[in-house]
Amino acid sequence: MTIQHSEMEEARAASEVRRFLMQRGSGGVADRTFAALMLGCALSIFAIVALILGILILRSRLSLHEFGFSFFLRSDWDPVRGSFGAVPFIWGTLASAFLALLIAVPLALGVAVFINEMCPRALRTPISFLTELLAAIPSVVYGLWAIFVLVPIMRSSIGPFLKKFFGWTGLFHGPNFGIGLLTASMILAIMVLPVISSIARDVMKAVPNTQREGVLALGATRWEMVRIGVLRNARIGIVGAVILGLGRALGETMAVTMVIGNHAAIPKSLFAPAYTLASVIANEFTEATGDLYLSALIEIGLALFLVTIVVNAIARLLVFMVTRGNTARAV
Amino acid sequence: MPHRPSRANVGRRQAANHLFTVLAILSTVLVIAPLFAILVYLLFQGVRSLNVAFFTHLPRPVGEPGGGMANSIVGSGIILSLASLLGIPLGIGAGIYLHEYGGGKTLANAIRFTADVLNGVPSIVMGIAAYSLIVVPQKHFSAFAAGVALAIMMVPTVTRTTEEMLATVPNAVREAALGLGIPKWRTVMTVSLKTASPGIITGCMLAFARVAGETAPLLFTAFGNQFWPTSLNEPIAALPLQIFVYAVSPYDEWHRLAWAGALVLIVLIMVSVTLVRVVTGRGMLNGGH
Repeated sequence: MTIQHSEMEEARAASEVRRFLMQRGSGGVADRTFAALMLGCALSIFAIVALILGILILRSRLSLHEFGFSFFLRSDWDPVRGSFGAVPFIWGTLASAFLALLIAVPLALGVAVFINEMCPRALRTPISFLTELLAAIPSVVYGLWAIFVLVPIMRSSIGPFLKKFFGWTGLFHGPNFGIGLLTASMILAIMVLPVISSIARDVMKAVPNTQREGVLALGATRWEMVRIGVLRNARIGIVGAVILGLGRALGETMAVTMVIGNHAAIPKSLFAPAYTLASVIANEFTEATGDLYLSALIEIGLALFLVTIVVNAIARLLVFMVTRGNTARAV
Repeated sequence: MPHRPSRANVGRRQAANHLFTVLAILSTVLVIAPLFAILVYLLFQGVRSLNVAFFTHLPRPVGEPGGGMANSIVGSGIILSLASLLGIPLGIGAGIYLHEYGGGKTLANAIRFTADVLNGVPSIVMGIAAYSLIVVPQKHFSAFAAGVALAIMMVPTVTRTTEEMLATVPNAVREAALGLGIPKWRTVMTVSLKTASPGIITGCMLAFARVAGETAPLLFTAFGNQFWPTSLNEPIAALPLQIFVYAVSPYDEWHRLAWAGALVLIVLIMVSVTLVRVVTGRGMLNGGH
């Protein structure tokens, strides 16, 4: 009787120990709570994007309703008469971003090739560190520097030089105030450079060394090795890097606002003041009187949001196709 | 006639090789030149304008000399603390999900992709979103709205670095912990996360450095203030915002203060970035290898 009882006790104790251990194991409440919590954090990223999209649509519905799609076809921006069209800003944004890429892409690729393929090992780290530092400078500091250094240089030397030697192209006519489309593009180029070059480097790094060795073994020079062995294999990823730079350039606000001149008209010359989607929001948002004005500005923000999402998605896919997810870090 | 390699061709190819070598070096010089131009000019202008009053005084009205940005420095500190407090735990949590729970699932890939895309959304859009979500219902600008805007910008960077750093923790370490009967959540918190912590801290500091200089999201959330911050529910001054206001003003005295502010801001950012570089350079990131 007593023996049987103690056996039962033991069996119960063992099952309790097992249950206790099970609770602490993967089936435990704490574990499930933790997993749910982490999943919640991850899902919140979706929620953030959805929330931004939702609130922008909600707040811009007045303008969406009033103008419809013609908002993006009208070139009239007259807050006093309540007439709003985004064409001058779209034009300014595209023109400044395109010019910036025109300046930045060759330089960025040059740097990427230099660091990855030519640079002595000892110089590699310092040079890549310096180009990364360029990305660490805040936009507002670029703007400050541009106002006090780049604008005077544009006015006194670069501008007159371009006018004298390239005036025949018709791109440089009109008065040169120093501020304007070209100055904004130059500062923008400096700002997108580190983005493009660091992604381009990641992509080039992903090209297997056997490709380089194969081309070299056929008697190629170093440039031919880079051109045939590296650039050709990495071209999709490089296009991705350029598009990523485009995404940055489209949304860049402060530095551009400080030097582009902020004039809501389609620029007739590279010296002319212009306006971008981001800078019209930065300048006029807090001063916008009237609901329609505000919702027109929010609609511009919505357009910017959608365009940069599409541009970034394309760029990420292209980069992913080359590196297969082995990028060093999301820039 | 046998085909012979032509010397002219070799000459042309070598010339092209030299030309492109020179071009690559030249572009590197051209890229690094503006960095030095900006830093040297900033140092020159900033040091000249920096004094004790800058760190201790409130801004003065136009025409009165002196004054400082003490309230902006404190304000930036408050906004950035708030952003870190909100953004870093969320980012680390999402990173933990992606690596420890997500594996190769479609959902994890979609989240990864969304994080990368969110990373590319212009900061001004974050500003409008925070304005519409928080400032409009509250009917006033606030430090809280600014903190939320910056927190959202920190999340993708923190998420992706956390995930990458957790990937450097060898699976053997996790298996050892699980084999001892430690529940998974404690394994993640005390073993994986702890092993990867130097790298995760690096990522957090990078995210911090990135948002520290952001101005656009603060324009319609923090709005700016001439006085000391007293609560999270009112407009607040911030260093980048004050630099912008002073830079576009027509007054020399304010320009001077803008340079001093820019120097302080950049020193703050550079110190954190360089610190990160030193920590990563020592191989502390290889957690456990």
